[in-house]
Amino acid sequence: MKKPRAAILLAAGINCDKETEYGFILAGGETKRIHINDLIEKKEDLSHYHILVIPGGFSFGDDISSGKVLANKIKCNLEDEIQKFINDKKLILGICNGFQVMVKLGLLPAINKDYKNQTASLVRNNSGKFEDRWVYLKPNQNSNCVFTKNINQLLYLPVRHGEGKFVVKDENILESLKNKNGIVLQYVDSKGRLGDYPVNPNGSIEHIAGICDESGLVFGLMPHPEGYISKTQHPQWTRKANSSIPNGLLIFKNAVEYARENLL
Amino acid sequence: MWRVEVGYKSAENDSLGHAIKKEIIDDLHLKIDEARTFDVYTIKADLTEEQISIVTKDLLTDSVVQKRWVNDSGNFQIPFAVAIEVGYKKGVTDNVSRTTIEGIEDLLKIKFKETESVHTSKLYLLNGNISKTDAGKICTGLLANPLIEHFSIYDQSSFSSRCETSFNSSLTKGDTFNSPLNKGDTFNSPLTKGGRRGVTGEQGVSEQPDVVEINLNVSDEELIEISRKGILSLELTEMQKIREYYALSGIADERKQIGLGLNPTDVELEMLAQTWSEHCKHKIFNGLIEYSENGKTEVIDSLFKSYIKKATDEIGKKKNWLVSVFVDNAGIISFNENYNIVFKVETHNHPSALDPYGGAVTGIVGVNRDPMGTGLGANLIFNTDVFCFGPPDFPYEKLPLGILHPKRIFKGVRKGVEDGGNKIGIPTVNGAVLFDEAYVYNPLVYCGTGGIIPKKIAGRDSSLKTVNNSDLIVMVGGRIGKDGIHGATFSSTLLDEESSSSAVQIGAPIVQKKMMDALIEARDLGLYNAITDNGAGGLSSSVGEMAGFSGGCLVDLEKAPVKYAGLKPWELWVSEAQERMTLAVPEEKINQFLELCKHRDVEATVIGEFNNSGKVQVRYNGKMIASLDIEFLHGGLPGIKRKAVWKSPQFKKEKFDQPKDLTEELKKILSSLNVCSKEWIIRQYDHEVQGTSVLKPLVGINNDGPSDAAVIKPLFDSKKGLAVACGINPMYSGIDAYWMAASAVDEAVRNVVSVGGDFERIALLDNFCWGNPILSKDNPNGDYKMAQLVRAAKACYDIASVFETPFISGKDSFHNEYKVGDRVISIPPTLLISALGIVDDCEKVVSMDFKRSGDLIYLLGETRLELGGSHYYKINKKSNNNVPKVNLTLARKLYQALSKAINKGLVASCHDLSEGGLGVALAESAFAGGLGAVVNLKSVPFGGELREDEIIFSETNSRFIVTVNPEDKNLFEKIIKGNVFGLIGSVREDKKFKIIGLNDKEIVSSDIDDLKEAWQKTLRW
Repeated sequence: MKKPRAAILLAAGINCDKETEYGFILAGGETKRIHINDLIEKKEDLSHYHILVIPGGFSFGDDISSGKVLANKIKCNLEDEIQKFINDKKLILGICNGFQVMVKLGLLPAINKDYKNQTASLVRNNSGKFEDRWVYLKPNQNSNCVFTKNINQLLYLPVRHGEGKFVVKDENILESLKNKNGIVLQYVDSKGRLGDYPVNPNGSIEHIAGICDESGLVFGLMPHPEGYISKTQHPQWTRKANSSIPNGLLIFKNAVEYARENLL
Repeated sequence: MWRVEVGYKSAENDSLGHAIKKEIIDDLHLKIDEARTFDVYTIKADLTEEQISIVTKDLLTDSVVQKRWVNDSGNFQIPFAVAIEVGYKKGVTDNVSRTTIEGIEDLLKIKFKETESVHTSKLYLLNGNISKTDAGKICTGLLANPLIEHFSIYDQSSFSSRCETSFNSSLTKGDTFNSPLNKGDTFNSPLTKGGRRGVTGEQGVSEQPDVVEINLNVSDEELIEISRKGILSLELTEMQKIREYYALSGIADERKQIGLGLNPTDVELEMLAQTWSEHCKHKIFNGLIEYSENGKTEVIDSLFKSYIKKATDEIGKKKNWLVSVFVDNAGIISFNENYNIVFKVETHNHPSALDPYGGAVTGIVGVNRDPMGTGLGANLIFNTDVFCFGPPDFPYEKLPLGILHPKRIFKGVRKGVEDGGNKIGIPTVNGAVLFDEAYVYNPLVYCGTGGIIPKKIAGRDSSLKTVNNSDLIVMVGGRIGKDGIHGATFSSTLLDEESSSSAVQIGAPIVQKKMMDALIEARDLGLYNAITDNGAGGLSSSVGEMAGFSGGCLVDLEKAPVKYAGLKPWELWVSEAQERMTLAVPEEKINQFLELCKHRDVEATVIGEFNNSGKVQVRYNGKMIASLDIEFLHGGLPGIKRKAVWKSPQFKKEKFDQPKDLTEELKKILSSLNVCSKEWIIRQYDHEVQGTSVLKPLVGINNDGPSDAAVIKPLFDSKKGLAVACGINPMYSGIDAYWMAASAVDEAVRNVVSVGGDFERIALLDNFCWGNPILSKDNPNGDYKMAQLVRAAKACYDIASVFETPFISGKDSFHNEYKVGDRVISIPPTLLISALGIVDDCEKVVSMDFKRSGDLIYLLGETRLELGGSHYYKINKKSNNNVPKVNLTLARKLYQALSKAINKGLVASCHDLSEGGLGVALAESAFAGGLGAVVNLKSVPFGGELREDEIIFSETNSRFIVTVNPEDKNLFEKIIKGNVFGLIGSVREDKKFKIIGLNDKEIVSSDIDDLKEAWQKTLRW
């Protein structure tokens, strides 16, 4: 069987690339970790791939603000390639720092297909702190996001960020996002209920953990699906509590599955 | 010049402002209504108004939540009482400025000129009833460190008048407090984006190297003065030895021929001082010691060889997994058929005392470079951190001048490790935080990093370094600045209020991350022959060491890239500026190597060539400025004999009746600083990045119980893992450093065993932090401190050789002392033992939380009356001589049996007994599992006469609490038979925690939630 190809973007300070790559391999994809300079210098060609992943990390140290400088670099050097990727109905996934980059680029939420202007942001957590903790996430069953298709259980994944509070430019953006079911994942407790800190670890409006564009093909989230792709990553695996498929893998499998059916 | 200020539109999103307000109220106990924060960028570049508008709008401002003011300073429309602006001093690494320049270059498609720069600062607007004195306190107590930062304080009127006169006024306006510590601020350019020497610099650049000769043909007093004044930290005998070298026949002629004088140049003298420093040569550990105990005297030729290395050498004959020990920057052991593991732990105490944030960032990124510079260079897979601080509630009024408050040091260090560890993407998996008043003056910051490396790389054994004649010397990574000059020799001096600031540096994690990634690519392509880090002693050490392999080198120092002009050659040679590695690259691969670095935005520069001349030679613009025989450089250090006299301290036996309420005693210990939950700090470290986490530092049903050790699975496709743990017991040092050390080893080993690490495959690292153990007029109890050191080293040998747990690497840090007036305050001898164990199958790992009601609770190991230095005594302010000891053969047997039981899957939970003894371990396992427990003290196997409270709180080593499914009872007991153990109770479904005393009475009774609250509340910041 032919395998969809995922490009895992590398840049100074990106640091979740290897486990993200392994997640896609487990999900049945073919992968390559590609340095952004190799794309800019045209040593690598993005159009060769079906899925673009911007992994987590601290690109450029999160100096100025998280994801901003990498977003700037992409905008100044790769805007056309990215737009073509979107036009070709290929998949883009941003995880944590990758999500921050996408939001600051305008790739998300991209209301009315405007992928070039920033209308939302991810800012410093209300706690003022970077935190590593596991959270429950409720997928929006009405969303057309291909990454969460058929996931009708709560997901349990780690968040590891200091700037994950999702905010929007104005109420209209939030309304459109809600109306078009662009809110893909919300922070909830183990019973699926919304709640304050630490259930919502950063103070995001509407408890937003992940959003997608109208097509459902461009998706970003703060939690780390690659943080739970094998059994022993679960914080309570020694209690033998979990027997389901590692939750993060569900997201990668959906992406690979979609690409196999639609892009090969 | 442009001044850009960026702030939040609404206070709601200014979380940093909220956090600062909280710290002002909680930590400084001052009142304030609101704090707002602004990022300030001072851009000195030839940009048009249109360009600056693009830059500020598209790069510097997050338009969704932020507003910007361009050359419009002060027009914020926000009420404030005090404005404080803080920025780095000249020459201090400003990471954001570097990134901003890169962003502007991307955005405008321009290149910054060497003379153009960006300087960043932070502006705080504080509102409320804040006096001028309070503003000063907020500034020096929280927002700025005068050692490395400028700051200005304004009230409303001075701020606006400043704005009227000049929007881009320098930071020296307003109420400027110049640091009393600010010495020798001689940098002539503020640029972090700097130029090469000779190209830029505001001052004139001399074409001739600024090198001076030092006449050593002077009196002894003057020799000592030369060493002292130059912070060389060389002793008289060493200075004399250097003088002898220059007087040797032939040397003078030889020097004349190459254009050098009869006296050493400053470059040479500095190089000798760095190479011969305590930091690099470990003179105390390698010297002769005359040790007396009870009238008997023995002469020990090197503590290192006689104890530490001896243990390893002996064990090495029985174990086949030691690959490289004590020879490289870090120890190497075998992991599996194809991979080796590399591990190193360093201390970064002095710099962290002066600048906690910068000291700690540098500590962590510095120790990262050790595994990176070991063999052909490892991929980094975990960090560990152990801190010793003064109590966070230490009274401000008792702080001596020049000492930062312990809470501030704690927070600064924590932040530094967060930025160093998280940003580079290495999980911080294990650590410890200890508090004691003895560390107020000398905090200890231990940072460790582990790595993994393929055994064979490009057809070569990766654990070996080779440097060939004519290999090129390449410096990679950051540039050289004044930062960190004299770090190696500075660490051999005691701190006082005038301590030098040039020894403080701020790391640039992303610069290092970029370098690391590029070097791994180069490594796998086989582009270099050897690699080592630039740490203590800078180029002089790294090039000097590597030249030892080939037999010589010739360096052209003017080629080394600098952050700013104006560094003297000796400064270039010994600067400890961060993020640099030195490589030996064969000539035929140099182009490919340089090309790769260029594509990864990593600076790499050829600065010379290795040869076999027998000499380390350095030129500057073609003129020879140093030439030293390698043999003399590395082997010329004279040995010095030191005295050590052991006298066992005697504590009076004090009457101490058993308290009535032992539940309350248990809660007090759970709340005490050294036992309480460290969740606040652990969560702020990414302990899961890289996706290898198997056992996290926080475990249990709510992910908040204290794990004994961390386990990671470094290879995605293998079940094999690594257990990482530590042991540290400075509270026992006051009684006997021998048992302090033995306890530290035992604790580290039993932590590994308790999670399922293989007892037969545990490697250890030793990190000794001591006061000054050299007897002198000014240090009258130096011989006692030396005796403590001897005893600790002896214990290391004794216990490691019985456990067969070899030491693979280590480090020592002396002179952890602080002088207040005439009083010298020394830390307690503090030995950190880090343990690294192999886990054959990660799926067999166990955690410490109780798993199911009905499980049987076993106590393994004998409980003895050993409360000297215990937490129970500490909270009750008692002391005696009964320090916890280790019964080596019993412990070894028990560890073997427990390893086997865990490996057979018979153990549901396992928790080691340490601080607070049985009571604390039981409580922790219960509340971590969300389950109750009932145990009976009558079933506890103990030796001697013990009271109930003593059984509960004794800190006897080598013990565990283990729970076992009743179905596995027989199998488990069969394996554990022959060891001391007791079935002391069972796990309960409800949340009741009960201990039944020797008279069948309930002596401890509590809800587990109350115990947990006691344990969690202390550091819930």
